[in-house]
Amino acid sequence: MSRAAPVQVRGEVLSLRRVGAYHAMTILAPGIAEHTRPGHFVALAVGGPDSGLLLRRAFSIYKTSDRGVYGGTVEIVFAVVGQGTAWLARRDVHDPIDVVGPLGHPFSLPKHPVNAVLVGGGYGTAPLLSLAEALRARGARVDFVLGAASEDRLFGALEAKRISASVAITTEDGSVGERGLVSDVLPGMLARSDCDVVYACGPMGMLAAVTEQANAHGALAQCAVEESMACGVGVCMTCVLPVIGEDGITRMVRSCVDGPVFRGDRVRWADVGTVPPDCLGAPAAGGQP
Amino acid sequence: MDLATTLGPLRLPAPVLTASGCAAAGRELAQFFDIAELGAVVTKSIMMAPRAGRATPRMAETPSGMLNSIGLQGPGVEEFLGHDLPWLAERGVRTVVSIAGGSVEEFALLTRRLRGAPGMVALEVNISCPNVADRGLVFACRAGSAAEVIAAVRREAPRDLPVLAKLSPDVTDIVEIAQAVVEAGANGLSMINTLLGMVIDVDRAAPVLAGVTGGLSGPAIRPVAVRCIWQVHAAMPHVPILGMGGVRSGRDALELVLAGASAVAVGTATFGDPSAPLRVQDELRHELAVRGFASLADAVGLAHRRGARVSGAVGAHVAVERDESGRDGAPDTRDEAR
Repeated sequence: MSRAAPVQVRGEVLSLRRVGAYHAMTILAPGIAEHTRPGHFVALAVGGPDSGLLLRRAFSIYKTSDRGVYGGTVEIVFAVVGQGTAWLARRDVHDPIDVVGPLGHPFSLPKHPVNAVLVGGGYGTAPLLSLAEALRARGARVDFVLGAASEDRLFGALEAKRISASVAITTEDGSVGERGLVSDVLPGMLARSDCDVVYACGPMGMLAAVTEQANAHGALAQCAVEESMACGVGVCMTCVLPVIGEDGITRMVRSCVDGPVFRGDRVRWADVGTVPPDCLGAPAAGGQP
Repeated sequence: MDLATTLGPLRLPAPVLTASGCAAAGRELAQFFDIAELGAVVTKSIMMAPRAGRATPRMAETPSGMLNSIGLQGPGVEEFLGHDLPWLAERGVRTVVSIAGGSVEEFALLTRRLRGAPGMVALEVNISCPNVADRGLVFACRAGSAAEVIAAVRREAPRDLPVLAKLSPDVTDIVEIAQAVVEAGANGLSMINTLLGMVIDVDRAAPVLAGVTGGLSGPAIRPVAVRCIWQVHAAMPHVPILGMGGVRSGRDALELVLAGASAVAVGTATFGDPSAPLRVQDELRHELAVRGFASLADAVGLAHRRGARVSGAVGAHVAVERDESGRDGAPDTRDEAR
């Protein structure tokens, strides 16, 4: 398995803009863009060197540019959900920012032209747009299903339209597209596009539903999970979830280094947040000391 | 600057180590810096069998700290010996193997299994992990059980293998525990493990961590580490201490050294900065140099001698000690630096 070694660089904020309910930040980060593939992520230090916020924040990579006057850049999309992301949203152009990347296991690209459906929930669409470009470069057909709670939380719909055969949109409040969830329209899309492979990024519940529907259609699902992480590089062991290995054995694996992209049918979605009793090293009946 | 240090029989060319549980088995951090430049890598605690650990969420960020509730997830000693330790040995990394057990017997079995393992320079005995279902099994919370584990490890360990006991700050009298494990054969002490803590999500009105409680680490606990090291070094100045607890910079490392630590481990800071252990080592060298120290050894426990100087008779005694040790010249420079 090829894996680009991550680097830690002192980057610089090049731009920060609002995109609906989200923020998109472009960071000059030499040495990262050049090795990034769709599905990789970066981990940012927040709060400055003396901050009380100690843990890195992980973000999937929306876009990269590996040339130009500035050198390599990466762009991320985030929502303000806590102190760390609030700090990010207050950055000014030219502010320094410590970046580690590219991290994780990216999406696997098919060797042959396939029909692919890309499913994004909220800003989970961000890593799927560069994936769509890579798939199209390999002669794949790409269709999108994008969902969000409301229109301002729908990301990348215009861009998706430009680079795909079709885009289906759902919002929970019906403010744009069909009212409902992506899982309400995905089966129809899988049939229409004669789908071979589904790529998805979004909340766990969405990924579980996408995997089930892809399986029912006979398509493979590749899912990028959003788990909270402290480090992003594989040392903290906080971002684990139960995944079935090639040998059929379930292990608690790190979503930062073994993911964030997993084969959907390998993840025990219903057991995420637990340690299944048949997992390797699970507490024996009666509890573990 | 002479950064070489000793932890009893363990001689290290450099004084900064990784803290157990914050560096896995070294491989991930080796992507960011040369881990062989550190004093040593202390591995995540190894148990006999593979262990899945606790459910998620396992982590909560807290003011200048974090709670973790990993629950000693690990591959088991056989996988560690077949996979992790050889990788470290091939790269010339000095490795302190941390072991954890659910019983005295398991600690003894682990020690026996690890005898002669390549690259292992010491054992750190984790008798203080707070993330276990039965608080009664936090051996380090009682002098008797702490000593029992260390004695069993000492019996099984080769005579020349240094054994460090990792202590919990969550005790009434850490000096009592420290004395018990030293009497039982520990060559040195690792202080401190995390403090047991808890966070409640007020919107859900429920604990944040799936395991309910977790271990608090990070700069928030550094004063506790300094206090524990200070108390134990004051009571047993000849027992070497590997200090850890909230070290994020060379200045922080120096604080633990001045309290009595002969070496310092970097833990939680690594999550925010994967280069932190080597950065702290470089910064510590600088912090010592600007204060006029010729070596790390000159700074170990110095705050005790300083504190004593202003308090009459005890101060006179310490001044004599310093004269006997032949360390001169530095004190005046240090005064200026303060």
